[in-house]
Amino acid sequence: MTARRLTVIDHGRAAPVDHAAAAERFIADEERTDWHDGALWFLRQRRDAAVAMVPDWESLRENASAIKEHALSQLDTYLEQFERSAIANGVEVHWARDAEEHNRIVYGILEQRGARRLVKSKSMLTEECGLNRYLEARGIEVVDSDLGERIVQLRGEAPSHIVAPAIHLRREDIGDTFHEHLGTEKGASDPIVLVAAARAHLRERFLAADATLTGVNFAVAETGVLVVVTNEGNADLAMSLAPVHIASMGIEKVIPRMADLGVFLRVLARSATGQASTVYASHVRAPRSGQAIHVVLVDNGRSTQLGRTDFWRSLKCIRCGACMNTCPVYRRSGGHSYGATVPGPIGSVLTPGIDLKKYAALPFASTLCGSCTAVCPVKIDLDAQLYRWRQIVTKAGLAAPGTRVVMRMFGAVVSRPRWFEMIGAVVRGLLRAMPHRVMQKVAGPWSRARELPVAPAQSFREWYRTRETPS
Amino acid sequence: MIAFAPMKVALFAPCFIDQLYPHVAMAALQLLERLGVTVAVPEGAVCCGQPAANAGFETDGDGALARFVSTFAAYERVIVLSGSCAVHVRSHATADVASRTTELCTFLHDEIGLAALARLGTIFPRRVGVHIGCHALRGLGVARPSELRASPFDKVRAILGTVRGLTIADLARADECCGFGGSFAVREPAVSAKMGRDRLRDYQRGGATAIVSTDMSCLMHLGGLARRAQQELPMLHVAEVLAGTTS
Repeated sequence: MTARRLTVIDHGRAAPVDHAAAAERFIADEERTDWHDGALWFLRQRRDAAVAMVPDWESLRENASAIKEHALSQLDTYLEQFERSAIANGVEVHWARDAEEHNRIVYGILEQRGARRLVKSKSMLTEECGLNRYLEARGIEVVDSDLGERIVQLRGEAPSHIVAPAIHLRREDIGDTFHEHLGTEKGASDPIVLVAAARAHLRERFLAADATLTGVNFAVAETGVLVVVTNEGNADLAMSLAPVHIASMGIEKVIPRMADLGVFLRVLARSATGQASTVYASHVRAPRSGQAIHVVLVDNGRSTQLGRTDFWRSLKCIRCGACMNTCPVYRRSGGHSYGATVPGPIGSVLTPGIDLKKYAALPFASTLCGSCTAVCPVKIDLDAQLYRWRQIVTKAGLAAPGTRVVMRMFGAVVSRPRWFEMIGAVVRGLLRAMPHRVMQKVAGPWSRARELPVAPAQSFREWYRTRETPS
Repeated sequence: MIAFAPMKVALFAPCFIDQLYPHVAMAALQLLERLGVTVAVPEGAVCCGQPAANAGFETDGDGALARFVSTFAAYERVIVLSGSCAVHVRSHATADVASRTTELCTFLHDEIGLAALARLGTIFPRRVGVHIGCHALRGLGVARPSELRASPFDKVRAILGTVRGLTIADLARADECCGFGGSFAVREPAVSAKMGRDRLRDYQRGGATAIVSTDMSCLMHLGGLARRAQQELPMLHVAEVLAGTTS
């Protein structure tokens, strides 16, 4: 298991994502798939148990959704208010139009301070921007300090889940990785041993860091406070030690008031892991003496998404990952099968807006079962958005090969009752007369794992017409 | 006693039920008639257009949906023999027809009532696995989905509760999707089949000797998988169980 799978996301240049093929490769190891499915279902069950303890859960969701919709509807105002508040607190505020500008700003800050060693805590935004590679190419040592992120970083992989980045790995895999990179004993897979090794390894990095970069879970417009939540305390340790703190945030993270924060903190951890609260919820307001705090506000396609009537609500997302944990497709195909920074249902409504051609398959990587919409703590209508992206994908001529013709024919037949009856009779006749083997072949992907239905001699309508009317 | 004109009720057998599962529509018709409902099966619409729409070709399904609307415009209640087709009509057809369209179990539970169903005296001495299609569940609300914090209710299990001798298998995952998903079944065959096999395993563990569903499309998928695995597991629509047309 030391073979390294390179799954670094390469926006723009890579071929279209083939989710079905990637999922099939994942499922080929059925035992591992069952384990993955079970690990995520465990999170879903913990979420259910945590939610059951909150009598007003559904109204909390309503509130969380309403606050986010309000904030997004006046995003410009709240962002500028946040900027004023942050500057008044002594924080430097930067605006980045896209990933490139974000990376340039971060590098500029590090360069100006002569910083060579950067310790990062969890930030999906910097994954989205490809920051690590950008900085490493310029001679900066970047260490992800979230345990899961550090594991995938050592393996040269991308996170496969936004909350649990290494959920696709078993402890034996991690033992192999640590043996290779951290010198743990070969075959050691005891979590206590592995965590101790990671702690010792990361402690040196924390102490030596010239700067730290964190994500931002919530930015309060009223006070300029940044809220960073973690379970490991890695962000807190790094923020307390390093002389420079860079906080990268998507522009959708702003909330109006301090009073709104409680609503989100109550739903976030419960939805994510079933905890009543994360271990740490740190509020960052002003730099301590000798420290500098920089906030980088990143658009990178968000204002375009905000302008889309059918999809702007996807920006309500607070990145809890509950839609991934509950998604029956995600659980059985793994995060890497989506080929995107944010996988799962929320990823499949965000990414087509970034690159329709590359991510055209993702809105179809769902049965539209709607479980994602029902768990979402901010009530994003995920299944409805997936349905709408499908319409856009096909209109852009990006449908799976052959489906255009098949669906046009289907539409023509089912809108004409006489054609439908004629063709229906022919198909039933074939199903009944042709050898089983031949029809299975004709049915293509359907019959790879399934038998075809047994066709009856008469359709319902044929029977109904000849039926003796009762009474 | 207040006299009122009986409601004009129509039954709609979706395209694949008409062609592949006529016995399900026959059972539903028989059941409704035994319950004293006068049901029409008008000529015209054969499909609601959902298969095309969910595959991303909404406009290709428009013709079928328009015919659905014109066929059923004169009826006060349209009973669709599929939860997912009913949801499609309710969310995409013109408002008047949409609001009068329902699915069989919802109609039986809300408008016929459990007492009348119990009076049918149906006997079905089997332990069954209940499968509520996801669209019937989360789109129509025939039961409380496991994700929501609300008082539990389940119209399908309540209806089946009127059947003597019938017991319901406990499941580890009460309302996990079976993996059919229309075109998803052929577009993502590996995931779809895996989901279906997992679902079958859950039913087996619960001791189910038959699966009873609101949706034949889910059962077409689950049944196809079960038969490939040479599993003896009858796949039944709720209507068949209530009408007593199967054993």
